[in-house]
Amino acid sequence: MSTTTTTDLDGAVEDAAAHLYVWALKDIPQDLRDALADARDRETSKTGIRILETIHRNVSIADEQKNLVCQDTGIAVYTCRVGEHFPLHPTRIYAALKAGTARATVEHPLRSNTVHVLTRENTGPNIGYRLPIVHWDFIPDWDGLDVKCVPKGSGSENMSFLKMCIPADGVVGIKKFVLESIVDAGGKPCPPGIVGVGIGGSADYAMYMAKEAIARPVGTRNPDPLVAQLEDELYGLLNETGIGPMGLGGDVTVLQCHIEHADTHMTLNPVAVNYQCWAARRASAHIAADGSIDFDREF
Amino acid sequence: MAHHEVTFPITDPADILKLRAGDEVTVQGHIIGIRDRTQIRIFDQGVEPPMNLGGAFLLHTAPNVRKVSEDAEGRGTYEKICIGTTTSARMVRFTEGLGEQYGVRAICGKGGFPDVAIEPMQRLGMVYFAIVGGAAALETTQIEEIEEVLWEELMPECLWKFRVKDFGPLIVGIDAHGNSLYHDVQARAHEKLKELYARL
Repeated sequence: MSTTTTTDLDGAVEDAAAHLYVWALKDIPQDLRDALADARDRETSKTGIRILETIHRNVSIADEQKNLVCQDTGIAVYTCRVGEHFPLHPTRIYAALKAGTARATVEHPLRSNTVHVLTRENTGPNIGYRLPIVHWDFIPDWDGLDVKCVPKGSGSENMSFLKMCIPADGVVGIKKFVLESIVDAGGKPCPPGIVGVGIGGSADYAMYMAKEAIARPVGTRNPDPLVAQLEDELYGLLNETGIGPMGLGGDVTVLQCHIEHADTHMTLNPVAVNYQCWAARRASAHIAADGSIDFDREF
Repeated sequence: MAHHEVTFPITDPADILKLRAGDEVTVQGHIIGIRDRTQIRIFDQGVEPPMNLGGAFLLHTAPNVRKVSEDAEGRGTYEKICIGTTTSARMVRFTEGLGEQYGVRAICGKGGFPDVAIEPMQRLGMVYFAIVGGAAALETTQIEEIEEVLWEELMPECLWKFRVKDFGPLIVGIDAHGNSLYHDVQARAHEKLKELYARL
């Protein structure tokens, strides 16, 4: 019988966060590696092939030298799925995630990116007021905790777009806005990456869903067949724009297009776009109620 | 797609003029790391950079480093951990000043410069190099040493002097003859969008 106290659980969550942050930065997921290899096989422009081969070489060097894939250690964004019987309150989970983020930054050391939004002065080891960012889901009849860490780089995050389309704009309006956003982003977000789209809900929720979409395993599809069909269509259309790797022209502009949706008000038709660069870093762990950590459980 | 090797800082403007948009370049010598806050200090706060930028190659970067020592005046020595390149477009407005006032001849970053950079780069004999963004593990292996760090209080957005070997591959994104790959790709993509919209 487990005698784990909540203090041990605090430590387990902090350890998990510290490990996930560095792990995500160094070892990109297999589904992303496969998508990048596929991109290299599909690309026909000479410059595009050169870029995709360089990306491949970079990932190999990061593996061999256990170095960061990209220098931008990002803003740590966590998604937590908390079981209703998990014996640590979310306020404590948040504190532990923050402590883990700071510890990883100091111990590695990692570049600290966080600044006060007005003074632009650094606020500490990748933590600050309301940082890191944590999104919450609560799961009934469960005593576990899943944590996913997405270190989100600024080059791609700066390429975030929201449009409050109107109902009369229809689905065509949604498609046009996504296409126009990715063309205007050009090479800035390090294409080819993952286009996350949030549709429906409200303005804030659409953008949250777009962020949720970029954090899915590459190439997964929305369970709603209508939305999945839109993912396929937009993926095809985006790759016809010719923006190409690093915006220097080519066949592969995006690795994937993922869409999350919510029902909405009858007069709303919000569309949010959040871009994730080719170095689409993410790592996840499961923490059991007894404090044991399983780093092999993807979600 | 020609391949060139160029050593920086340059003394002969011909080293830049021979480069054409789309060419691939490998860089040797010394390059200078610079970022948003560094340039805001120079141009918006009017502080002279404590480093000669004549003929220089500037890299848009803010590296991951480890401080290894400090001298009597408090100046640090740093070793590299992971050095990569940031998005250039945020810093486009400094291009003309860098070329005209300080003699910078090459700017390297990722994602390109918008069209507003084309005219000053042509007039001043400057070039924009596109690096493969995100490929920082590779880039780090090509930086031999961090030789100098100035304006440490802006960490990590200091002025960095790196000695490099076989730095690249770099693609000439904007040349000194008025050509920009970014302009061409955007123009074609906007034409394509019209066709795609007609299909929706």
